[in-house]
Amino acid sequence: MIELIKNPNLDFMGKKAYAFTVSGILSLLGILAAVQIGLGNANLGVDFAGGTAVQIKFAQTVPLHDVRKALEEGGLKDFDLQDLPTENKILIRVKKQEEKLGGASEKITQVLSQRFADKKPLVDSTTEIGPKVGSRLKQDALWAVMVATLGILIYVAWRFQFRFGIGATIATFHDVLAVLGIFYLLGKEMNLIVLSALLTIAGYSLTDTVVVFDRIRENMKRYLKEPVEVVINKSINEVLSRTIVTSFTVFLSSLALFLFGGEVIHDFALAMLLGVIVGTYSSVFVASPVVIALGQSKRRATGRQQPSKAKA
Amino acid sequence: MKKGVLWRIGIIIVTVLVAAVFFLPNTPLFRNMPEWWKKSMPDKGIVLGLDLQGGLHLVFEVEGDKAVEIAVERAASALNGIFERKKIQASVKNDGLFLVVTPGTPEARKVVEETYPALTLAGSTDGARYKMTPKEMQRIKDTATDQVLEIIRNRIDQFGVAEPTIHRQAENEIVVQLPGVKDPKRAVEIIGKTAQLEFKIVDDESRVAAELPASVLPGEEPALLEKLKLKMPEPDEILFQRIVNKETGMVTKRPFLLKKQTLLTGDLLTEAKVTIDQRFNEPYVSIAFNPSGAKIFEDITGLNVKKRLAIILDGNVYSAPVIQERIAGGNAQVTGSFGMEEAKDLAIVLRAGALPAPVRTLQNVTVGPSLGRDSIEAGKRAFFVGTLLVVVFMIFYYRLSGVIADFALVLNILLLLGAMASLNATLTMPGIAGIILAIGMAVDSNVLMFERMREELRSGKGPRAAVDGGYHKAFWTIFDSHVTTLITAAVLFQFGTGPIKGFAVTLSLGVAINLFTALIGTKTVFDIMYSKGDVKGLSI
Repeated sequence: MIELIKNPNLDFMGKKAYAFTVSGILSLLGILAAVQIGLGNANLGVDFAGGTAVQIKFAQTVPLHDVRKALEEGGLKDFDLQDLPTENKILIRVKKQEEKLGGASEKITQVLSQRFADKKPLVDSTTEIGPKVGSRLKQDALWAVMVATLGILIYVAWRFQFRFGIGATIATFHDVLAVLGIFYLLGKEMNLIVLSALLTIAGYSLTDTVVVFDRIRENMKRYLKEPVEVVINKSINEVLSRTIVTSFTVFLSSLALFLFGGEVIHDFALAMLLGVIVGTYSSVFVASPVVIALGQSKRRATGRQQPSKAKA
Repeated sequence: MKKGVLWRIGIIIVTVLVAAVFFLPNTPLFRNMPEWWKKSMPDKGIVLGLDLQGGLHLVFEVEGDKAVEIAVERAASALNGIFERKKIQASVKNDGLFLVVTPGTPEARKVVEETYPALTLAGSTDGARYKMTPKEMQRIKDTATDQVLEIIRNRIDQFGVAEPTIHRQAENEIVVQLPGVKDPKRAVEIIGKTAQLEFKIVDDESRVAAELPASVLPGEEPALLEKLKLKMPEPDEILFQRIVNKETGMVTKRPFLLKKQTLLTGDLLTEAKVTIDQRFNEPYVSIAFNPSGAKIFEDITGLNVKKRLAIILDGNVYSAPVIQERIAGGNAQVTGSFGMEEAKDLAIVLRAGALPAPVRTLQNVTVGPSLGRDSIEAGKRAFFVGTLLVVVFMIFYYRLSGVIADFALVLNILLLLGAMASLNATLTMPGIAGIILAIGMAVDSNVLMFERMREELRSGKGPRAAVDGGYHKAFWTIFDSHVTTLITAAVLFQFGTGPIKGFAVTLSLGVAINLFTALIGTKTVFDIMYSKGDVKGLSI
């Protein structure tokens, strides 16, 4: 039998102070990112901000400053350039919102295909989003986050006790905020794909939390005399290897996506990688301490109501 | 062997076969199947999304207010006719969404209210101001959106796109998806053009006509209109013709002073086709009117001999030939130094009819075929590498039990592909990511069970009891952990757009099927292995 750690007996709850510091910083970073996104200061993708994005593939490398110069000479203003050097691709974004769509992307393709005709530019994709759609997508995204959070809270509160629901939800928020914060620090673009990664993280980070909670629930019924902290610590130790292994398999598949999945899905995969790590950490160091912090009197009462299941 | 085990083996075999039948159209094998199979068995399979196939995703907004304005304009002109016949001293003008009757005498108002019950009095400064009731406006906008949808469908059919998707969204939006379109710009133009063809008489008699410059540069039009604004005769307007110098390629705009009244529109067309001019070897569009259109055309030309008749498309003058004589038969030409393609597209839009209201592009996402191909390649690679990593890890960590988990994983992938094919689900790049993530999550159920089994073994139970205990106790943990992922996937499905929806579909199907494969699939294998009861150990 290969085991990660043989009969672990680590004092997780004793490390609460460190964990809260780390988590506090990560969460604050995430809140800062959320505020900046709200204020429009973050790197919002055209799907949320509206505007035009054109991705062009060249047969050979084209230096970014050449492209910038060509576009400026062509009369374009307020654009961002980003390159994917391994594939000789350049992404041009114009965030200015236009009432009439089509002008900017046409101009960009025209200018670049004339100026770099020898490098065989090929339009990979163009995206034009009007201001109306952009703001609607932003609104939908906000709704999606709220509905998903509420759904998870209700489900966990129903399956477990209410304070477990709170613990799980706080841990979930923590994970999403942490990844959002790291993405903000890295200057990554916030778009629909990243948003769906964040929501997936929210769903998946719960898997680990549920595994831990399940055991806590079980052990609370079994060790009625022990203090909660001890029971929780024991439970975490018991399920430690499965917490790590389940995360690790998802980490592996996310890693494959990150390394081989191509540019479209790259940021998504990065978010998933970060999310899996943070999610595993939080189910041990965030969700459980919150449950402890929310008190214990109710638990004992519930524990005694179902003595027949206590032996499970 | 227990009877239950046989049943479960049966279920597994049947589901795999059904999945294979549904997924077959996505494999090269389908082409070699016998005719009867192709006819009676599922033949569509999984559809590739626009992001993988390349193509065009467009969202248009129908400018419903314009449709209401047009309706008001028509009402105004009809009312003027009635006033004239009944000899009522009043005139009607349209002012945007309003209809203004001056003077607003009780007599005139009575006629208005009786003829158009949907008009309600909205004010009485400078005559009586009427407005459509909100219900009527809604009806007009609604009808306009439906008509636009039909006309766009018609245009796309004539343009020739395989498997377009066109549907209405929200109140006044139209979504058009054109997979694999080679020339997206042309497609957008054909779909979005209002194509309102109008015939108006050029007013060469007014003094303003003499003051018009021969041409202005593009962009200078508003300045010219502003300059002449005060002198403009009441029933006239200025429209421009776009002129391209064939040698220099320079574009200029030539102004025309026109009588505002539209004498004839493209509504009465029966035919529009491309013809090549013999002398200049230049294509033009020849149009034919139906009998009533032909009659109107004959009257117009008869009444305006020696005057110029402007042919206007979407507010731009295309030509303004001098009428030499009364023209019977209802044939006319739209010329304008077109290229062949341009002329063809114009014929298409004229045949399909004008949009009852202009449309505005809200969203236009174009994916070139090469990016789609690259994405598919990358997706395949990530899929194989991801599967391999997970498969190898499971065998390394759980030995023989790992092999069983891998068997469940393969079963999971097969059933997922089959389920997607049976739903004719759309596979997008995020959808591929969803499959790959589902692979990582699929073995989680087995990990949870195996860890439980290990615990049971440690507590001194035999292999048989450990397997049963492991399944029994891990079930709710697996269930709970899957449901939370399903909740977020459902939310993503509800709120997401195309590619994201694809992700939600693959992830939720993958997770749901996982419950089946983990609980029925692997359990069956364990049951077969330990059915004899004399197995000493558990390779886990």
